[in-house]
Amino acid sequence: MFTKKILISVVSALSLTLVGNVSLALTLAEQKGLDISIEAKKRDMGWQDNTADMMMLLRNQQGQESIREIKMKSLEIQNDGDKSLTIFNKPRDVKGTAFLSFSHPVEADEQWLFLPALKRVKRISSRNKSGPFMGSEFAFEDLSSFEVEKYTYKFLAEESLNEVKMFKVEQYPVDENSGYTRRVVWLDTQEYRVYKIDFYDRKNSLLKTLSFMDYKQYLTKHWRADKQEMINHQNGKSTELQWSNYAFKTGLSDGDFNRNSLKRAR
Amino acid sequence: MLINKIKYKFATLVLCLSSLSLQMSSASEVASDVEFEVSGNIALEQRYFFKEGLYTQQLNHYQASVSVEPEFYWQWNDGNDSVIFTPFYRLDAQDNNRSHGDIRELAYIHARDDWELRVGFRKEFWGVTEFQHLVDVINQTDGVEDFDGEDKLGQQMINLSLVKEWGIVDVFVLPGSRERTFAGNEGRLRTPIVVDENNVSYESSAGQQHVDFAVRWAHSLGDFDLGAYWFHGTNRDPYLTTSTETRVTSLTRYSLKQHYSQMDQLGIDVQATLGDWLWKFESIYRDTSLEDFWATQAGFEYTFIGIFDTNSDLGLLIEHSWDSRGEVELGKQGSLLQNDLFLGARLALNDMQSSELLMGISSDLDHNAFSFLIEASSRFGDNFTVSFDLRLLQSNDPSDLLYSLSRDDHAQLSVAYYF
Repeated sequence: MFTKKILISVVSALSLTLVGNVSLALTLAEQKGLDISIEAKKRDMGWQDNTADMMMLLRNQQGQESIREIKMKSLEIQNDGDKSLTIFNKPRDVKGTAFLSFSHPVEADEQWLFLPALKRVKRISSRNKSGPFMGSEFAFEDLSSFEVEKYTYKFLAEESLNEVKMFKVEQYPVDENSGYTRRVVWLDTQEYRVYKIDFYDRKNSLLKTLSFMDYKQYLTKHWRADKQEMINHQNGKSTELQWSNYAFKTGLSDGDFNRNSLKRAR
Repeated sequence: MLINKIKYKFATLVLCLSSLSLQMSSASEVASDVEFEVSGNIALEQRYFFKEGLYTQQLNHYQASVSVEPEFYWQWNDGNDSVIFTPFYRLDAQDNNRSHGDIRELAYIHARDDWELRVGFRKEFWGVTEFQHLVDVINQTDGVEDFDGEDKLGQQMINLSLVKEWGIVDVFVLPGSRERTFAGNEGRLRTPIVVDENNVSYESSAGQQHVDFAVRWAHSLGDFDLGAYWFHGTNRDPYLTTSTETRVTSLTRYSLKQHYSQMDQLGIDVQATLGDWLWKFESIYRDTSLEDFWATQAGFEYTFIGIFDTNSDLGLLIEHSWDSRGEVELGKQGSLLQNDLFLGARLALNDMQSSELLMGISSDLDHNAFSFLIEASSRFGDNFTVSFDLRLLQSNDPSDLLYSLSRDDHAQLSVAYYF
């Protein structure tokens, strides 16, 4: 009787640990989703640094347009998030404004803003991830570098998009300050390039769709889309990004990403 | 013979021309390495004072002005060498003193990986707080521009900036300083007695040409941004004393005389960026031959992101000023901000027009004096911005310095074109 009781408790304890293990381990779909994202990140590694010009075209429901002209400089950091310098050229009243960011996969990013009228460098809070970037339909988090640790994953299906075979993966932001409950991402099975992202807001309804167009390959490795279009389904506004003058391995270093370089950025 | 001569001359001409064009092409190759850029703004500003001035000479209600600030920029050597030239001029219809020009910047900058040399007229800002810029000490205030003291005159300097693992060290040699600008007789927002621009004295025998020196260390350590400095040289805050001047007509004219003392100042500034909270602290210790004192400005800023399910952010700011000299008495030295509290709310709509609204209240906790301000701004089209400012200044105590401004409540509308 006594031994039976012990046996039962041992067995139940065993089964508990078994169940525990299973719940900690990733399901097949989760593992596959993670693997795809790791592979996508791996295939783009080693770009070292890059510079590019970005034109943002903001459109509202009435068809009114507004232009933003921005220069981006980025530095790849091994085992951490990238460093980036964003320099504004248009609209003219913000010309000379520059934004320095040290991104981190899990910890809060470090961000500074240079205000040219006062010549002031201001450390700003990086908590505002969900807010719009320059009045556009892009949130700050949509423009930050992709790090595997920022999401958990679930592989949904393989499906065709414009007759190209795609992985469809669901991504759940780890950061509680994200404006999204989830993103559904389509990557092509050949090159692991992102073609489309559906963003779901905090109420889990479809908020925005981002499409990537005109991919070009640089240094026979790194794929970059020349055009991105973000459509907001809830307010009818859209923002188009046009990239030009992409350059890789231009020799940028840590010295190009500090307070001093922020102040003289052009 | 003659034809030969002409032929010969023609040949030399062609030769000359071709060598010239060769030189020109090589010159244009060099020129193509130099990138040149012009930008800037032109702004129209209209002020309306709700009441007539306390003093008879002052303008009545309207003050109109136009300002222009172009920026010329050259860079070469991949941007590692650059020259910037930013002249500024304001033409004011009512106040002669406010019609003034300045070279905001005329500087050469040479940048390397871990050091930078900056030579010329420049603006250098230090500090973290919003309502008072206590530690900001390099540039003279262009006081006639606006009453918040944020406009600065260009400062001549040689500045070597060294980037180290443990922070950025800036060394400044400042050959000479600038005199503060003040509103004239006709101007509003001034002291009861006008500051005389021609009656200026200096403690140093070198006068305005005294060579000042400053060294500053600034560093970011995780969530903390730190700065500390020592400044030695001409005090940018002039001591104002009443002076009488008897004219031939035996009329006595009162004015304020400016005295620029020498000072040593230590300053520190700290900002902790913790999630939605920004904690800010500035402190200075100033030592002059007339006095020595401590002062601090401290507070925080908290931002509510995406309020009411919109894209708008609401920031709340609270800051407190303290000065060891205590209350200022009329005609004596002291501080206007000896025990003052500032409350502010900043609403950013984050829309296509970058619309913003800032409201602030400041209150002197030792006096019955307070001021209220609203600043609203928005963009129209791609090149125009419109801003509206409202400033209400209240003081019932004639011994309070703010009392002289108590009839200067005003609204200000400005339209700026950026190119």
